[in-house]
Amino acid sequence: MIDFEGVSVTYADADAPAIRNVTVHVPAGELCLAVGLTGVGKSTLLGAINGTVPHFTGGTLAGTVTVAGHDTRDYPPRELAGVVGMVVQDPASGFVTDTVEEELAYGMEQLAVPPDVMRKRVEETLDLLSIADLRYRSTQSLSGGQQQRVAIGSVLTSHPQVLVLDEPTSALDPAAAEDVLAALTRLVHDLGMTVVLAEHRLERVVEYADLVMAVDRHGEVRCGPPQEMMRVTDVAPPVVRLGQAAGWEPLPLSVRDARRRAPELRSRLAETAPPDAGSSPEAQRSSAVPAIRAERLIVRYGRTTAVAGVDLGLYAGEVTAVMGRNGSGKSSLLWSLQGSGRRDGGRVLLGDDTDTATLTPADANRRVGLVPQVPADLLFLASVDDECATSDQAAGRPAGSCRQILDRIVPGIDPGTHPRDLSEGQRLALALAVQLCAEPDVVLLDEPTRGLDETAKGRVVDVVRELATEGRAVAIATHDVEFVAAAAHRVVVLADGEIVADGPTADVVTSSPVFAPQVAKVMRPDPLLTVAQVVARLRPGADSDADAADPRACSR
Amino acid sequence: MTRLPRRLHPGAWWLWAIGLAAAASQTTNPLVLLSFCAVAWCVVAMRRGDAPWANGFRFYVVLGLVIIAVRVAFRIVFGEAGAGETVLFELPELQLPDAAGGIQIGGPVTLEGVLAALYDGLRIATLLLCLGAANVLADPKRLLKSLPGALHEVGVAVTVALTMAPQLIVSGQRIRRARRLRGDLGGRRHVVRTVLIPVLEDALDSSLVLASSMDSRGYGRNAGVPRRTRLVTAVLVLAGLAGVCVGTYGLLDATTPRQLGLPMLMVGCVLAIAGLRLGGRRVRRTVYRPDPWRWEETAVVVCGLSAAALMVLADAVDPGNLYPTLQPLRWPELGLIPAIAAAVGVLPAIVAPPPRSAMRELDAAPERSRDERELVGAP
Repeated sequence: MIDFEGVSVTYADADAPAIRNVTVHVPAGELCLAVGLTGVGKSTLLGAINGTVPHFTGGTLAGTVTVAGHDTRDYPPRELAGVVGMVVQDPASGFVTDTVEEELAYGMEQLAVPPDVMRKRVEETLDLLSIADLRYRSTQSLSGGQQQRVAIGSVLTSHPQVLVLDEPTSALDPAAAEDVLAALTRLVHDLGMTVVLAEHRLERVVEYADLVMAVDRHGEVRCGPPQEMMRVTDVAPPVVRLGQAAGWEPLPLSVRDARRRAPELRSRLAETAPPDAGSSPEAQRSSAVPAIRAERLIVRYGRTTAVAGVDLGLYAGEVTAVMGRNGSGKSSLLWSLQGSGRRDGGRVLLGDDTDTATLTPADANRRVGLVPQVPADLLFLASVDDECATSDQAAGRPAGSCRQILDRIVPGIDPGTHPRDLSEGQRLALALAVQLCAEPDVVLLDEPTRGLDETAKGRVVDVVRELATEGRAVAIATHDVEFVAAAAHRVVVLADGEIVADGPTADVVTSSPVFAPQVAKVMRPDPLLTVAQVVARLRPGADSDADAADPRACSR
Repeated sequence: MTRLPRRLHPGAWWLWAIGLAAAASQTTNPLVLLSFCAVAWCVVAMRRGDAPWANGFRFYVVLGLVIIAVRVAFRIVFGEAGAGETVLFELPELQLPDAAGGIQIGGPVTLEGVLAALYDGLRIATLLLCLGAANVLADPKRLLKSLPGALHEVGVAVTVALTMAPQLIVSGQRIRRARRLRGDLGGRRHVVRTVLIPVLEDALDSSLVLASSMDSRGYGRNAGVPRRTRLVTAVLVLAGLAGVCVGTYGLLDATTPRQLGLPMLMVGCVLAIAGLRLGGRRVRRTVYRPDPWRWEETAVVVCGLSAAALMVLADAVDPGNLYPTLQPLRWPELGLIPAIAAAVGVLPAIVAPPPRSAMRELDAAPERSRDERELVGAP
């Protein structure tokens, strides 16, 4: 269905091709997963399928890409609209019309599909993706998961033979991601559609994949069945890492595969390990008084209540993860804690009983640092050096301190680079460095792992842990259960603006089917959350080696 | 005969409203104007949908009242309300020097002057209310959707531009908020560098995403039309639109010569239609659930245009009734023909089909239980 023959893509001004000499054949009706570190050319690979690369992006494409018999050399993306459906990474920015129904019809209108057929297909698609109740809704008022499904629906109505999606679940909470993936597998199974998707959250998708295309650092692409490819890729989900650590053959791809093998591993663990080795790390609360505490905090937007009277204390030396579905009030809570966000009631007090709302922005910056969901929003100067110098000055620290912090997180960023040209992970690191420069006691991170690959994520885990060891209170709003399992001491779950669960990570995540990380699902009832913990118990005493099997360490 | 609720073609509502506005522009008689206001209000009350924009009528009412108030206040302050004998009160007078235009501020305020200002303001407010009614009754974006094929690309561009504005505001707020997180960095001087540039960068990024997404969904597929045809189409359509604008202006503004009005409008329409026909012939596109044009649409348009025609007739038969004299002061009267015009104008409140049911258009329509639905009487 999709054939790449010796394809290389070189962008203008680039020294090396983004992807080189790719020869891949994706048969019809397969679900194909593109994996690789951030910035290795996955998006280029996807874009080449419908001709967006190079027709829209520019650059030079050598070789041939053929989709259902159409050579992209002769067919620009708009002529392939009926063959390839393309869903962009941020669906909301790709919506053309106002309402869901019109959005679904838009592509068909362009293809001159007769009105009665259009009507029928819209109804079918609404049912297929279970979005019938959204039909008259405004596209901008939808939640993330709904937007993603509408975006999929809007290309499905043109009845394409191939569906291409760029990170369809990265911004979604676990439940919404499952909805989207269920819809995708249904398309593959029931309609025989060929689906190609790129995704960093491998733990969510790898079990559904028929084929894996692994893009490596040099832009070379290898393609094969997931079991084989997972051995050689730079990235792998925890369940695969667990299989590698336990020496299982063939590698498990889903929690179910792994669970069948788990009894053997559990009995091995029971024999070899003292029961407490490798159990979840305890927080080192350095003081019984919270570094920051919210009392009956309320945040409202019009008639919706985002945060409904929350009492929460964050302690120095402890990493707290704030979880909950999209729109449950996580971001509002963080912003309100920081003091610059909206607050409609209650108090937020720092350790010395100062209310954060009374601080000036400069003082608030010194006491409570917040890195927003889009770290680029914090950066507005033309080079990394300028950014660092400005924060040194604003924080009253000696010149070079910000750069020092940055080098500790991600070493070796060229000081002259424009922040917009940094990779996703580097940008987060810079935003973090800029905020940490003022040495705040409380650090709040909003969705820090969005769009990060495993390696970068591992580094964020290290940084967050380090911050806690230094005696800061850290809170992270996130959907990423694997990240939470590795980084957080404590988990707070929000629903409808209220705290519904609050406790040590192991207790909270294992008790919830939605928030449980893969390893916890496999190892239940043992309270193990990460591969590193399992390895630590498999080889007690070899703590220094434990890092070697740590999921984030593997790819470093 | 039971009539199914449906959405009236937005073009019909706009033509009706324009007719009503044209009718109102023919007079300063407050009774006639107020009756036209009542007509607009009545039709809106009977036939508006439940969409978010449909609740906007009161804003137009408030805006109309503001216009009247400003008009009267200006007349009083700038001493133009001094014509006539019935002096209400006197303001201290101040003659500005010639360098400042020799404007007189204050002075005697007469009932005649205030009434003249009031009538004038009321006329503008009525025009505003008529167009407001159209805006409330018909989704302006749906109107763009029913543009002829040749203008489709322009229509999409306008729709996208309309959604961009609120998005720019949102991204501006987001970036300003984020900027505060870094403490104060150099104060207001840097607003351009720290807010404006990031906002524009953001807008540019999202436009690129949108453009690429539209491209891969087939927008602009039929660019195979020869260059010459495209040029001719564009010239015809633009000339036509210009003609329509001039014609409408001539028709609405009573001071312009009559021959500029209707004939110009006709010529403009013909040119535009020719251009659209020519351009539309090559377009291979279809429209999803287009609003049909049935007898109700025609009837609504006829009602609006008849109101305008009747007022033109009234102007010819009995101009004194349309422009009530203020010197000497006389109580205005509602003439027969204007009354008929208003009565015809209000007919769409019954003629137009009822709007589609409330529940389905609601923005946040959750699944409702059957009982609940029956209670509210929704399908």
